[in-house]
Amino acid sequence: MNQVADKPRMPDEIGVPDAFPFMHPVLKANYGNWDWHDRPRPGVLHHVSKSGDEVWTVRAGTQRQMDVFTIRKLCDIGDDFADGHVRFTTRSNIEYMVTDPAKVDPLIEKLESEGFPVGGTGASVSMISHTQGWLHCDIPGTDASGVVKSLMDVLYDEFVQEKMPNRVRITTSCCQINCGGQGDIAVNVQYTKPPRINHDLVANVCERPAVVARCPVAAIRPAMVNGKPSLEVDEKKCVCCGACYPPCPPMQINGKEETRIAIWVGGKHSNARSKPTFHKLAVANLPNNPPHWPEVAEVVRKIVHAYKTNAKHWERMGEWIERIGWNRFFDMTGLAFTKHHLDTWTGARKTMNMSAHIHF
Amino acid sequence: MKDESKDKATHATPILDELEGGKWPSFITGLKHLRDEGTPSNRAIMNDLLGQLEHSYEEKLGFWKGGTISVRGYGGGIIPRFSEVADRFPASKEFHTLRVMPPPGFHYTTDVLRKMCDIWEEYGSGLIAFHGQSGDIMFQGTTSENTQPAFDALNELGFDLGGAGPALRTAMSCVGHARCEQSCFDEQRAHRLMINTFLDEMHRPSLPYKFKFKFSGCGNDCVNAIQRADFAVIGTWRDDIKINQEKVKEHVAKVGRKYTIDTVVSMCPTRAISLNDDDTLEIDNQSCVRCMHCINVMTKALSPGDDKGVSILIGGKRSLKVGDLLGTMIVPFMKLETDEDFEKLEEFGETVIEFFADNALEHERVGETIDRIGLPAFLEAVGVDPDPNMVNHPRTSSYVRTDDFDEEAAKWFERKAAKAQISAE
Repeated sequence: MNQVADKPRMPDEIGVPDAFPFMHPVLKANYGNWDWHDRPRPGVLHHVSKSGDEVWTVRAGTQRQMDVFTIRKLCDIGDDFADGHVRFTTRSNIEYMVTDPAKVDPLIEKLESEGFPVGGTGASVSMISHTQGWLHCDIPGTDASGVVKSLMDVLYDEFVQEKMPNRVRITTSCCQINCGGQGDIAVNVQYTKPPRINHDLVANVCERPAVVARCPVAAIRPAMVNGKPSLEVDEKKCVCCGACYPPCPPMQINGKEETRIAIWVGGKHSNARSKPTFHKLAVANLPNNPPHWPEVAEVVRKIVHAYKTNAKHWERMGEWIERIGWNRFFDMTGLAFTKHHLDTWTGARKTMNMSAHIHF
Repeated sequence: MKDESKDKATHATPILDELEGGKWPSFITGLKHLRDEGTPSNRAIMNDLLGQLEHSYEEKLGFWKGGTISVRGYGGGIIPRFSEVADRFPASKEFHTLRVMPPPGFHYTTDVLRKMCDIWEEYGSGLIAFHGQSGDIMFQGTTSENTQPAFDALNELGFDLGGAGPALRTAMSCVGHARCEQSCFDEQRAHRLMINTFLDEMHRPSLPYKFKFKFSGCGNDCVNAIQRADFAVIGTWRDDIKINQEKVKEHVAKVGRKYTIDTVVSMCPTRAISLNDDDTLEIDNQSCVRCMHCINVMTKALSPGDDKGVSILIGGKRSLKVGDLLGTMIVPFMKLETDEDFEKLEEFGETVIEFFADNALEHERVGETIDRIGLPAFLEAVGVDPDPNMVNHPRTSSYVRTDDFDEEAAKWFERKAAKAQISAE
């Protein structure tokens, strides 16, 4: 670009780009005209258009955080097998579309030989949707990509086959804001101690009224500490959510021991059968023990195993638990039910059993 | 050529090295690849980035702080990161992310991906995420100085920054029409229309807080719109489910009668399906809630009806600050086929965003505003009439003043009469 020094380039406000120039030709030609699909094998979708056109999609897992060498390798595979087109799923899996079924097996072989597992379709454990963690976030309680890598190593076999009762969507989040989202299983940071305040910095770094307003339980108030304007926390009211930390970093919520992990179950985004639901607490206070999170991985493995062996076909995690009852869920997974599982937040009463229905 | 002097300064990463075992693709292997064989600048950045990440694993703390970085003409879209341990890891002391909006449905040519790689190799760290939780392509790791030229190059390639901060955010849409027979509307058109119409709210943040659109072609809601979007557009239909009874019989013959009853009939949430003695299906379409389950199971035999459209749910969000909220049904059905239909969607989007801008408190999501003022006040503000589809059941609390009940009831009967007249015509 040739630019005159005194006339800087202003942005071309393109907005969301048009997808059609990037779309595989057979998808473009049959846009809005698909008829049915099936899954010939795990990791492969087969779609048939009303025009008679057919397309086979091969889905493979990626590490999401990709170096340019990995992306170029995935592009090479796309050039060799899939006419130079790819797409990504919302869970960071890559998809290659081919119109010749004879290309499916060689494509799978190529992806697997390059270390990209083929799977994530149907009743499998797909890639964990996750956050940025220590790699890039400014408020993380733990890492994201690293612990996700470890968990996917443990769950690898469930990614490449479709042997779960229904799909299993796992998320991880490195603070309680829960950017990873709801999940059949959600592995989220759960802080256990009120913030530790560096009173020397608060006045210069934080907009104090905004921090006071951010607290969901009104536990923060302005105070003079050592002659400086600062903030103080009523630790009896504090729920240790960490909401004050992003607008006021001197209110450090993270600590080597204080930052713990909680596992939640039964979140569901789909409207299929039951309405969408939020995930519910299964266990808290697990150690934040990267890089492998062995204690977390063990609980996730137990929950996945109990679901796999007990749920009916098409029941999602939350639907299965609703059928068998929380009593049996805690029994089957060997987890404890405590007073902390009783909700105390706004609307808590609606989460209680207001009936004579009980499970034994 | 390997730079030997760099090798001597390579940070040891014993904890991160553990993340290279196992079968799942390792991002650490990728970072090391950049450190060892990337461009000279990528190598330096990645060596120190790996050093800082290892330090985080040792200390169990993050070491990034935010700041303010933007490109000319825009107020958002860059996530600035400055290292708090830059004295030890100077090459990655600035590690900003450019959030870049992908095409709807995440379609790419390998050609455009390669060009993105070339740009990011030159101006950034060589590390890109497809995609972040926001739906953006995340070009991670550039300096304050290189942020502008990196953006210029990506902008020249045909891409634009996404949202960050109190602004309209990058949207997401499912694969939809491009490769899914269950899709009930043109997700890509709706997605581009809504974001590109309100683009100013993205590039020059001035809303009370974030505002997210998400577009799912059917009730399977593959982009988690109801849970995560302030404005969720979900495909649906209002005529009958389409049944191919021959394919139903084939399905039953293949999987068995009991399995069909257990997985289709018994799982219908409104008991709207029964299996006939001749292995065909009978569906009570007026009781069907368009949940998608039976269609998911019998992909060849069942499909959405022909009279398609969308539902709009408003107010989904995660915990901060009042607690989690799922989107609430506000527009049960809206046709979305003609240019006029799309204009109506655009107008409704504008009404809701204006309401949000004018009425939400700072750092309040629209779902929280609705909770604060009550749904009737919101409906009045956005010009939508109450509808039984908005509730699980009518109110159970008697604490409400009802002296204008008759006038309100008259409005209901007027609307019913008007609708009856339209359908009669």
